[in-house]
Amino acid sequence: MGIAVIDYGMGNLRSVHQALAHVAGEQAVTVTSDPAVVAAAERVVFPGQGAMPDCMAELEARGLKSAVLQAARDKPFLGICIGLQMLFGHSEEGDVSGLGVFSGQVRRFPEAAMVAADGSRLKVPHMGWNQVWQKPHALWAGIEDGARFYFVHSYCVQPDDAALETGRCEYGVPFTCAVGRANIFAVQFHPEKSARDGLQLLKNFVSWQP
Amino acid sequence: MLAKRIIPCLDVTAGRVVKGTNFVDLRDAGDPVEIARRYDEQGADEVTFLDITASSDQRDIILHIIEACARQVFIPLTVGGGVRQVADVRRLLNAGADKVSINTAAVNNPDLVAEAAAKVGSQCIVVAIDAKQVAPGSWHVFTHGGRNDTGLDAIAWARRVESLGAGEILLTSMDRDGTKNGFDLALTRAVADAVGIPVIASGGVGNLDHLADGVTQGRADAVLAASIFHFGEYTVRQAKEHMAARGIEVRL
Repeated sequence: MGIAVIDYGMGNLRSVHQALAHVAGEQAVTVTSDPAVVAAAERVVFPGQGAMPDCMAELEARGLKSAVLQAARDKPFLGICIGLQMLFGHSEEGDVSGLGVFSGQVRRFPEAAMVAADGSRLKVPHMGWNQVWQKPHALWAGIEDGARFYFVHSYCVQPDDAALETGRCEYGVPFTCAVGRANIFAVQFHPEKSARDGLQLLKNFVSWQP
Repeated sequence: MLAKRIIPCLDVTAGRVVKGTNFVDLRDAGDPVEIARRYDEQGADEVTFLDITASSDQRDIILHIIEACARQVFIPLTVGGGVRQVADVRRLLNAGADKVSINTAAVNNPDLVAEAAAKVGSQCIVVAIDAKQVAPGSWHVFTHGGRNDTGLDAIAWARRVESLGAGEILLTSMDRDGTKNGFDLALTRAVADAVGIPVIASGGVGNLDHLADGVTQGRADAVLAASIFHFGEYTVRQAKEHMAARGIEVRL
């Protein structure tokens, strides 16, 4: 029962846990690496930071891959950052396969396009608060179109199916920063670090009935 | 467009914010968590804690502060001060910090930057550089509050820490720190143009134009200030409104 935050040993999940606990009301939030707990949860949050090849390897090593895939099939599922990227078929980062829930690629920001309006270089990682332009989805309720969320990443997803896109951002190039299909919603930014709007998105997730 | 960030910095010793604060309606003006919350409410993009506790037996106090802060403040939190080994980085991250800033230890042991970045990811590793001008257009890295010249060229060092895996640079001008005369813009620009990772300008902010100048002339990705916010001269929101009026993209 409750909300399971999947822990596969890649970094600190305290922020995700705290932010969810802040909005979850009566629902328990558990950080877990136990596939049985993931299977029993009502909702699943799939976070991630660091490098995708390491994340995929740890997921495999801890026997969590099938639990993640199962959860992505049948319960409200929120991917965050690398947790978004891993849902795709393949990443340029370390030339590694993802979970393949969605078909598409994870690509690095193209070097040639990383130029600001004043001619200065756009830094990679894309770090800081950027605007998210929404496509209609229940998880944007109460959040203004163009609201800013906190990003830290060097790679972005490119879904084969454009209809997956629920949010778009621009940094040198336009890129997909949120995707949604049925019970899955996944974002490139960090709602747990995105102040009021981030908490609103998490609040929408904890009561979401897809 | 990506917003330029404004980052209030809190110097903390033995669990208390020092250098004073002047929020009129705070119950306890020295409580770091309460002050961080206030900055969050004002729209701060991140908060930085600098632990300046001298004695090592009081080091753990900062961990409790971070834990409390992480329960209540949902913006990125950077912590620096006294970070000497990867275990220190891990402890701070586990307590709830999002990024850890390494200063002197990076100079003494550059491998620490590489090791920490490999373990926890570049996005969590900030290298703080304290720089002082030694000749026109030339700056050295200093330690011990600007007393010790390491002989390292600040720009070369910035490039080096980038290649070692730092995710961000916190650049403080020791010539300007505490002067309220504004950032060393030439230094800021030289470093910001030299590296491909974000640079936070620090040291010398006395008014809101200084913050804007750091971005427009210094090309900093973020600006850090302490005293102008602590003493209630300006709120973070006023700073952002001023920057926006000068045509800078900010999160309002």
